Amino acid sequence: MTTRAPDAPPAGRPRSGPSFGRFSGAALAAYYRQQLISTLAVNLAYRGAVAIWVLTSIIQPLVFIVVWRTVAGGGSTGGYSAAEFVAYFLVMMVVDHLTFIWHMWEFEYRIRNGTFSPLLLRPVHPIHNDVCENLSYKLIGLVGILPAAVLLAVVFDADLSGTSPTTVLAFAPAVLLAMVLRFVVEWCVALAAFWLTKVSALNAVFFSLFTFLGGQFAPLDVLPGWMQTLAAWTPFPWTLAFPVEVLLGRRSGSDLLLGYGAQLLWIAVALLVLRLLWGRATRRYSAVGA
Amino acid sequence: MHTLRVVRAFLAVGVLNIVQYRSDFVIAVLNAVVNLVTQLLGLSVIFTNTADLRGWTPDDLLILIGVHFFISGLVGLVVRPSMEALMEGIRLGTFDYTLTKPADAQLLASVRVFAPQSLTDVVVGTGIIAVGIARTGRGLGAAEVLLFLVTLLAGFATVYGFLLLLSTMAFWFVRLDNILVIFQALFGNAGRWPVGIFPGWMRPVLTFVVPIAFAVTVPAQALTGSLSVTGALTSVGVAVLFLVASRAFWLVALRRYTGASA
Repeated sequence: MTTRAPDAPPAGRPRSGPSFGRFSGAALAAYYRQQLISTLAVNLAYRGAVAIWVLTSIIQPLVFIVVWRTVAGGGSTGGYSAAEFVAYFLVMMVVDHLTFIWHMWEFEYRIRNGTFSPLLLRPVHPIHNDVCENLSYKLIGLVGILPAAVLLAVVFDADLSGTSPTTVLAFAPAVLLAMVLRFVVEWCVALAAFWLTKVSALNAVFFSLFTFLGGQFAPLDVLPGWMQTLAAWTPFPWTLAFPVEVLLGRRSGSDLLLGYGAQLLWIAVALLVLRLLWGRATRRYSAVGA
Repeated sequence: MHTLRVVRAFLAVGVLNIVQYRSDFVIAVLNAVVNLVTQLLGLSVIFTNTADLRGWTPDDLLILIGVHFFISGLVGLVVRPSMEALMEGIRLGTFDYTLTKPADAQLLASVRVFAPQSLTDVVVGTGIIAVGIARTGRGLGAAEVLLFLVTLLAGFATVYGFLLLLSTMAFWFVRLDNILVIFQALFGNAGRWPVGIFPGWMRPVLTFVVPIAFAVTVPAQALTGSLSVTGALTSVGVAVLFLVASRAFWLVALRRYTGASA
């Protein structure tokens, strides 16, 4: 932890909190390696809790499958047949698991009971700790989510005929970018906890928007026109619906490139916002008892 | 009489708490509004694509959502917070104090924590039910109202019994708070839809294993006029069954409970 990048600010300068870019790549890599190992061990130790969370995250897609299969009946709705709805929501379930973060709830707790203070005192930005915790949870959770998706695909007879090796290849970068994008966006929203003591109402608004504009409640093509137009101008569809549609073979050619571009653009915007917010947030922070 | 006084005392403490933390109330109202708008948007998306959901018209589903709000408000008012406190108490050992008190332990454990902010959901639910009924344009007979109230009460009793059964298991498996999370996810997601749309193998689970059907679908059916007398009687029977079973299980658990320090 003593390796310092050459651009580290002089020791005398007052500082509001940990900043980006203080570490050499090698030091950060070593940090990630160790942190991933230890968070993996924690998640393995509490595998019962992970299993229960995985179980709850299956319920919502399962209900949506049932609802939209009923709506589609024997025909098709918005270009989706019953079997295609099943495929959509199951892939959505996996993408949601891979992109999901919980920090919008965690920050309020961290700030209220003071557990943020030790994280801020470490010489490394707390976001790296959260990335590691998040990645290891997702990795352990996949052991439950993937078999569940396969099982449900068989039970509900999912139609994955649009999926091919090419779409799987195109899906990989889309889902990786989606993971980064959702992480940064929600981490930004989580910072609201520095200003508000209760964030549940804000979270509810955010998740309501996410449910519709991200394509969780229904595929975007099924939504009314005004909602589709609105969605296209937000980061939400690029974190969920886009990777799902790519895997199902519903986006190709220039559509695909446009999607990657939108993802990269939103990641850049979100990182910029994060940088601005983080500086202000930590300047505001005064720990409980301080 | 004594029971009522105990309940009133805990209710008063709950009210005092919410008066202290008034912003909690504002936040509960905001949450209810966001939740309501989300539900209505969901319905409008569904019904731009179809005319009815396996026999349920938009207005019927509106009534169902109202019942869901109402029941979740009631459960959130006293049952869920008290059960959470019970499990926490068993884990930390503070439950032992409850046992030393001269009132019935199940009663004390069941009304321990009141969260009056949940009443917003009850109010919103009542409003939605009223709007739904007005929109169907059918007048309600006294018989229908009676049937609704009976099934609503039965549904609430069933959920209470079910949650008490779950929480009582904490005497054996200390860390069980996540079990409530599963129930919450099932009730919050599956409970918003009529049980009839679920495939055959899931319906028994949602009816008897996790009794969501009796809590939401059946009372809603009483108002939409599609509930048979047999259905209503079954609902009451299941409620009695859950109440008796949970009471018996509670007594068994207490008999073998040796205290946190023993």
